Amino acid sequence: MRRAGLHAVLIVASILMVLPFLWQIVTSLKTLSSATAVPPTLLPEGHWANFGKVFELLPFGTQFLNTAITAVARTAGQVLFCSMAAYAFARLRFPGRNALFAIFLSVLMVPPQLFIIPQYQIMADLGWLNSLPALIVPGLFSAFGVFLLRQFFLGLPIELEEAARIDGAGPWRIYWSIVLPLARPGMVALAVLVLLWSWNDLFWPLVVNTDPEKMTLSAGLASLQGQYQTDYPILMAGSLLASVPVIAVFVFLQRQFIQGIAQTGIKG
Amino acid sequence: MQRHRVTEALWGYAFIAPTALGLAVFYLWPVLQTAYYSFTEWGAFGGHTWTGTDNYVRLIHDPEVGRALVNTFAYTFLGLLSIPLAIVFAALLNRKMRGVGIYRTFFFLPVVTMPVAVAMVWRWLYNGDYGLINYVLSLVGIDGPNWIADPDTALYALVVIGVWTSVGYNLIIFLAGMQAIPADYYEAAELDGAGPLRQFLRITLPLLSPTAFFVSVVSVIGSLQLFDLVFIIAGSGNAARANPAYPRLETVVQLFYDRAFVTNDRGYGAAIVIMLLLIITVLTALQFRLQRKWVHYA
Repeated sequence: MRRAGLHAVLIVASILMVLPFLWQIVTSLKTLSSATAVPPTLLPEGHWANFGKVFELLPFGTQFLNTAITAVARTAGQVLFCSMAAYAFARLRFPGRNALFAIFLSVLMVPPQLFIIPQYQIMADLGWLNSLPALIVPGLFSAFGVFLLRQFFLGLPIELEEAARIDGAGPWRIYWSIVLPLARPGMVALAVLVLLWSWNDLFWPLVVNTDPEKMTLSAGLASLQGQYQTDYPILMAGSLLASVPVIAVFVFLQRQFIQGIAQTGIKG
Repeated sequence: MQRHRVTEALWGYAFIAPTALGLAVFYLWPVLQTAYYSFTEWGAFGGHTWTGTDNYVRLIHDPEVGRALVNTFAYTFLGLLSIPLAIVFAALLNRKMRGVGIYRTFFFLPVVTMPVAVAMVWRWLYNGDYGLINYVLSLVGIDGPNWIADPDTALYALVVIGVWTSVGYNLIIFLAGMQAIPADYYEAAELDGAGPLRQFLRITLPLLSPTAFFVSVVSVIGSLQLFDLVFIIAGSGNAARANPAYPRLETVVQLFYDRAFVTNDRGYGAAIVIMLLLIITVLTALQFRLQRKWVHYA
């Protein structure tokens, strides 16, 4: 009996969490006139044309590609560069190691808005405004990723590495063929978090790329909002198309997502 | 042996080189530059001149900065409501039961959804004439306001979205915290005849307080930087100015975006984010001081 009450509470809460998405889907399949009917109709209508409209109003395919390339490139870059630095901080001895690690950590304490004006200036000086490198390059480096992976590496058993060292393997060999395979769960956790942030980020793409052909989906969608404020079925169709890929990745990699967040407690 | 040491050190520097260089160029040096820019004024064509503390004097007297601060603080404070909600639902989900995974997924969906998309959906739900929320209210005879265009309701409407998106994220962290509490504490309490509520109040809550402290620090830092949601809910530029509720919605980071990248008043924008850094530092330090009063470390 108590179980039933518990489920009742959780089901009501779940409905509140999911209802906005359901309403988004229902609206995306309505014509404008039925979306604004009073009282509203509660069932979808199969007006698929809204999805085609999104591609007419925005270079949606291009923006989709920009977003995907940016997210994948940043993820690959961070996983590689952060794991290299994390390995050095966890296992190698060199003068200044602790001081350098403290400097890395200090970047974590600063709110990201403090980087943006100078980063924008660098992009402008390089002539990179309105280009993919502007979206990608600053996001290849991360103090957070170094910190996360260093903690992970410190938790790995050191015996295998020592055995490899005695057999004459150098640091790169040990990092590449022993540590990385062992550290896969940590790297996957970092990868899904970076993927999520890159896909969903708004501020930086909004600022550096103002040409619709070079925008990411969140900036493109935001621009649609300004021009087509009232055509909600099209806005719902567009926002659905833009957010579904990450939701799909989440459903597949749910365990890693949740582990990553539970381990680090940091969202972005 | 000595040569071996030198080789290891050289490898160490080589391994950190890419990230060290990237962080120096794109993160560390920019912080110093932003601090410097906050003492300059920018001309129409990009040059800038040293103006001393002018930007900060202007900041103190700017009513828009005052409003943005009030809105941001109110949003941050009310957004903490997400923490008790997340604790309650984490406690409900922290058991062997059918469907736990599905409930957890539902709570987590808003966390992974693009904030721009989330804000658009809520904007539509909040619509004064055709929104689902006002339709539901009309069924029980309430004539709902135009939520995000009404100065009396706009900020609360924003807080609801913020709580809705963050509760699942906090819930995951609390669940991890609860699973770290040793089961024998509960078994001992059970033997002493303590019911579930008493166990929750006397065991779970105190042992969860370090987690709650951590979540509170992270949420405050995050809320003080609110941008995406407001950018869509309130709009920007002229469309935003036309919204009568805009003065109740504008946040510090939105003001920063507007000054630094819309009106290209970069020096002033830099001063605004330096102010934000100070506020975040002070509020975080304050929370660390206050934790002695309520956080129990086992």
